[in-house]
Amino acid sequence: MKFEYRNFFCMLASVAFLTGGMMSAAQAEDDDDDEHRPAATNAKWQAECSACHVAYPPRLLPAESWRAVMSVLDKHFGSDASLDAPAAREIGAFLNKNAGGSRHESSGKLRITETRWFRHEHDEVSDRVWKSTKVKSPANCTACHMQAERGNYSEHNIRIPR
Amino acid sequence: MFRKVVVPVLVLVAGFLSQPALAETPGEVLATIKNDAQAADPSFQGFSAANGEKFFKQKHGNEWSCSSCHTENPATSGKHARTGKIIQPLAPAVNAERFTSPGKAAKWFKRNCNDVLDRVCTPREKGDVLAYLLTIKK
Repeated sequence: MKFEYRNFFCMLASVAFLTGGMMSAAQAEDDDDDEHRPAATNAKWQAECSACHVAYPPRLLPAESWRAVMSVLDKHFGSDASLDAPAAREIGAFLNKNAGGSRHESSGKLRITETRWFRHEHDEVSDRVWKSTKVKSPANCTACHMQAERGNYSEHNIRIPR
Repeated sequence: MFRKVVVPVLVLVAGFLSQPALAETPGEVLATIKNDAQAADPSFQGFSAANGEKFFKQKHGNEWSCSSCHTENPATSGKHARTGKIIQPLAPAVNAERFTSPGKAAKWFKRNCNDVLDRVCTPREKGDVLAYLLTIKK
């Protein structure tokens, strides 16, 4: 019996080791980060924020802006996106911890697409592309960033729709 | 011994962990809404799928109706009216995940009723809509 138990614990340890390994591989894969750090993820953030749009990476707004976004979730850019208190706390803390720096400021506006950083990164995108029915809105990251849902905005994964 | 006992136990435990917490059936979710409807109105007789369909497809003073995002045929995929994100079918006959989590159903009724009506929905309105959705076949 002792022998079987040892096997059992070895197996549990291997599972834990492999899971940890897969997670760090997934984080290392993201080569997009403009601040050269791995993309932060959180299961609750992913599930809740991606229900209506891509879960925008926390680094794309400064902490102050995320706090403002989270304080009026019941009036979230024209929709009620309210969360229960535990979910709001967890997501708020995650956004705060992984928020971007001052170049992601948008002078009081809360849209990522209105930050200086976003405008600079997208300054070569023509009006024709922005107005295309396949893009529709600059908030529609996945229209061009093929891996956006996985948090990868690398230039290698851009395909502008025609 | 290891394969015969431990592996099935691990498989069982993994299966248990992957189940959503407090899963219910759409019928059970409807029964809870029915209790709320009876509590709110002692003369309540039952839900009406026909009223639910009308409610679902009508606008209620705002820009959107339920069908603006979920389409007039909830057996098909919809699209978020603002972001364009694909919304999986709402009819439980087509999408088995729908109305199996009371918490999730409550969260979305609150949000979507606020968007469509600027208020929470009454238990009767919610029950009528769910009764309608349950009449939709594949």
